[in-house]
Amino acid sequence: MTHRLHDHGRLVHADRPVEFTFNGKRMEGYEGDTLASALLANGQLLVGRSFKYHRPRGIVASGAEEPNALVNLGSGRRAEPNQRATTTEIFEGLEARSQNHWPSLEFDIGAINGRLSKFLPAGFYYKMFMWPRAFWKHVYEPVIRQSAGLGPAPAARDSDRYEHFNITVDVLVIGGGIAGITAATEAGGSGARVLMVEQTAHWGGRAPADRAEIDETPAADWIEDRIGALEDMDNVHLRLRTMGAGIYDHGYALAYERVTDHDPSDTAPRHRLWKIRARQIITATGAIERPLGFAGNDLPGVMLASAARDYVENYGVSPGDRMVIVTNNDDAYRTAIALYEAGVDVPVVLDARREALGELPAHVRGLGIRVETGHAVAKVKGSAKVEGVAICLQVGEGTVQEEIACDAVAMSGGWSPVVHLWSHAGGKLTWQADAAHFRPDPDAAPTGAGGEDFVAAAGSASGALDTAGALKDALAAARRAVSALGLKPSKDKPPAARAEDTDPMSPVWIMPEGAGHELRSKMWLDYQNDVKVTDVQLAAREGFESVEHTKRYTTLGMATDQGKLSNINGLAVLSDALHADIPSVGTTTFRPPYTPISMGAIAGEARGALFQPVRKTPMHDRHEAAGATWEPVGHWRRPYCYQRPGESIEDAVHRETVNARTNVGLLDASTLGKILVKGPDAGRFVDMMYTNMMSNLAVGKCRYGLMCSENGFLIDDGVVARLGDDTWLCHTTTGGADRIHGHMEEWLQTEWWDWKVYTANVTEQYAQIAVVGPKARDVLEALGGMDVSAEALPFMTWADGTLGVVQARVFRISFSGELSYEIAVPAGQGGAFWDALSSVGEAHGMMPYGTEALHILRAEKGFIMIGDETDGTVIPQDLGLNWAISKKKDDFLGKRGQERSHMTDPDRWKLVGLETLDGSVLPDGAYAVDRDLSRHANSAELKPGIEAGKNANGQIAMCGRVTSTYYSPNLKRGIAMGLVRGGPDRIGEVIEFARTDGTLIKTKIVDPVFYDKDGEKQNA
Amino acid sequence: MLEAVSALDAASFNGFARIEEAGLRGMITLRGDLGSTGVKNAATGVAGVDMPGRREANCVGEKGIAWMSPDELLVLVPYAEAEHAAGVISRALAGEHALVANVSDARAMFYVSGDGAREVLAKLSPADMHPETFRPGQIRRTRLAQVPAGFWMRDTETFEVICFRSVADYVFGLLKNAAQPGSEIGYF
Repeated sequence: MTHRLHDHGRLVHADRPVEFTFNGKRMEGYEGDTLASALLANGQLLVGRSFKYHRPRGIVASGAEEPNALVNLGSGRRAEPNQRATTTEIFEGLEARSQNHWPSLEFDIGAINGRLSKFLPAGFYYKMFMWPRAFWKHVYEPVIRQSAGLGPAPAARDSDRYEHFNITVDVLVIGGGIAGITAATEAGGSGARVLMVEQTAHWGGRAPADRAEIDETPAADWIEDRIGALEDMDNVHLRLRTMGAGIYDHGYALAYERVTDHDPSDTAPRHRLWKIRARQIITATGAIERPLGFAGNDLPGVMLASAARDYVENYGVSPGDRMVIVTNNDDAYRTAIALYEAGVDVPVVLDARREALGELPAHVRGLGIRVETGHAVAKVKGSAKVEGVAICLQVGEGTVQEEIACDAVAMSGGWSPVVHLWSHAGGKLTWQADAAHFRPDPDAAPTGAGGEDFVAAAGSASGALDTAGALKDALAAARRAVSALGLKPSKDKPPAARAEDTDPMSPVWIMPEGAGHELRSKMWLDYQNDVKVTDVQLAAREGFESVEHTKRYTTLGMATDQGKLSNINGLAVLSDALHADIPSVGTTTFRPPYTPISMGAIAGEARGALFQPVRKTPMHDRHEAAGATWEPVGHWRRPYCYQRPGESIEDAVHRETVNARTNVGLLDASTLGKILVKGPDAGRFVDMMYTNMMSNLAVGKCRYGLMCSENGFLIDDGVVARLGDDTWLCHTTTGGADRIHGHMEEWLQTEWWDWKVYTANVTEQYAQIAVVGPKARDVLEALGGMDVSAEALPFMTWADGTLGVVQARVFRISFSGELSYEIAVPAGQGGAFWDALSSVGEAHGMMPYGTEALHILRAEKGFIMIGDETDGTVIPQDLGLNWAISKKKDDFLGKRGQERSHMTDPDRWKLVGLETLDGSVLPDGAYAVDRDLSRHANSAELKPGIEAGKNANGQIAMCGRVTSTYYSPNLKRGIAMGLVRGGPDRIGEVIEFARTDGTLIKTKIVDPVFYDKDGEKQNA
Repeated sequence: MLEAVSALDAASFNGFARIEEAGLRGMITLRGDLGSTGVKNAATGVAGVDMPGRREANCVGEKGIAWMSPDELLVLVPYAEAEHAAGVISRALAGEHALVANVSDARAMFYVSGDGAREVLAKLSPADMHPETFRPGQIRRTRLAQVPAGFWMRDTETFEVICFRSVADYVFGLLKNAAQPGSEIGYF
């Protein structure tokens, strides 16, 4: 049984106990424990169930690579599923719960899947659930959803804070082991700006647990000394609990800092995402030990050899009372030594190699520990936990020679460098045959914009697995980075470590090598997703040759650990099954993040009130005080209507609409875009931007204009005012302000860079208020100041002057068909000016109106709205706006596009007004059913074999759609606009629009101008 | 003229840096050939400071000139003088191809000050805030989280931050959130 060892554990403080709960049970650990070490200290070996077969799962690793020990942490507003116990530091009151089981961890009904494993082979969901088809939706999917899946998503709102932090450094060192420390020391000494990050809470990585000696001092002392020296350098920053999550193009990297996971706080952010721009990046990310494939290697109690010694050395926890060690390399012998010295019984070391003559095996033999070379685990005995191992020869089929009782097994299949970060931005790998691993190919590093290498791997991450080699390699990597920065590398010697006398490892992937199906079907590759050796072999037999396809078919490496333990083993099994060598089969793609990062860290500050910017006009607070119902328009909030007590929203909209036609209304139009265009070539420029002629507009006049994309589609509209000889002011739609300004600048900067034109987006300089209605002039005259009479300021003109006491620019333009003035005043005075207008307007029955009344007013007049009548496929000709398309101009944006045959097709749907025969309001977006096929004899519908009234796909043919539809309170019936095949040619015809319930609405095609066709009111 | 008000009525917040809405400031966009004597004289004549180089801002008190792009300056003057100053610049450049616009009301300005000011901005902007890289006399046109913004330093510990007026509330919220006590990083 796992238990606490006294006087052991360099990272825990036995004098500072910490209480926590696991599945509601109170347990005690020490400060410095991870949840994994604390659970083991409490004898809790079983920590979860696997994804597919619900097999019992124990802790297998001691770090970020852990596939099994996933738990739910916290509760309520601090609940988070799928957290690795091995990287969770315990704190007082921590709550952890195991997951993926029902009803309990110890007794789980889903484990029946394990008995059915014969029927759940690789790709079973692709095979089994194909038939009968209807079963997928009603039977298979609901059942699978119930039985699969990890922890439940949190139900409550997250109470923690998250943030981003942007920095720029010369050298980013990822990984604070001895290689990272060596690299940071060299880079720091050169004067470069350095940041070193380490994902755990401690510097130094594995070296202390592996009892390395550096510069003739124990590694722990050397690390403390070096970190102290780095801390003294002003140009070096060090950050613990910060994982290098990803490396991207151009030296961009993300690091994920877990600020308060170990010590929850109400003020500090929980996670911080560092956005780092680095000129050089050193990945000193270490290496991960691989499991070995033997039958029963997934039972709780089977653990990586390195993890076993980490628990002993770092946390003072024994992984068992009696631990068998099985290995294919010398390194695992360190575990035998550590266990022996901690008083744990090591009955045997099984070494798959023919011989083991290095100094570590010699030391182990010297301790009197039995070493069996050429031997393997035939199978692990036990059902819910390890009870013993049956041993056999590595060669052969696994005839059991002997059974050895034990409660734990430490395994080592060799080490794989952590090449993930190197690979993120395109670094290539090379196969190192003697160590049986992929390592970064220094000749194919990720390159920056100038083709220069910007990532260097250092230490065991680059394949230098021994201490002396890692230190040397790290110094060399740092020197390359320093030189690349144009700085001077030091002449220091690498920190010295004694080279160990070791034998090479042997690439053993499964044991015994001749294992039959019975054994292979119990050899786990991917513990979390339950992928076994037989699954990968089956995939290969079924023709999956690509490692990427095999991964997806079997789900190998697709769990939350992304195959940190399983990828290379699975790849080796696949290449063996394909009779190909490993490098030719290749690896799957390494993608960021290295381990999962929280959604909160990605969102940063963008939540709650800061989720998105809300743009507010200068009168926003007035609208709020007047009870505005808000409508989001882009990032703006505009009043939809101003509801009065006792009124419904509909009542308010109707009241506002009628009042603007009978008295006077007030509209906040500040959001409309206002772009200044100025220069000797400005006339030529606006002629290119708009479909109609703008260069001949007289100073003091306004003209409505259309803007099209190069393809001829209508993208924006608005009123242009000529302010001076070389100055135009272009009004855009609310959503178009930034987009059209960008559009203008793009043409000026990329195509017409020699034209003398400057633009400026002055949208926010002005509060713009429309005073709309028959009494609009009365209101302005009551305010006093400039002459706003019909003679002084006729329709489609503008003038500067004062209104009341405000300097204003008044445009006599109308989007409602009423007598209307749009008044621009400096934004800082907008609120006060709104108040002034409201106060003089009261006597004239003035009321503010919102966007819905605005829409109804414009629809009554048949004015189009960008985004309603247009959708990116509509050209001005479709909308009957031919009058606004100049025939005199040689060119404008969209001209050639509009000449293409499809654009001139007489069958295009064109704008008409629509009136239901019963006066009802048409549903928005409704389609017109096509009954009259004779009208378009050339179209596909009448081709042979196509049923009348159906289109080529056998669907009911359509001949039009509703683009805007409202109840008109002024006309007291439904009005609508729509695009209909044949368009204005069909005025007077009755067609039918379909409701979603299948019924049809008889609708008459009419002129789109429903109200004041002659424009007498707006011209008044 | 009615009383002109800034977007947030001088709201302020004391976190590990101080955040304060600076009130109204005169700002004039001047686009033109920055190498021309006419443009230089017009800008420096109004602002009373030297012409800035690329990514520089020369500011003294409420006046200054900030480089905005290879053909754009932001001329800073007291708010009350902006309309007049814009007129002076326009007239001085009457014969030249240039665009002059008073944009004082289009903007909001904040002071971010104190030891933590750099850290507050670095949480929101990708600009390099290292004291050796960003110093008084420089400007960055950048973003704060999701909106465009610009900033320069009026002295060694005070930043002047500008954004569009419509997002003043959002930017104030961002700055307050970033300056929340307890979220200090201690990097710069």
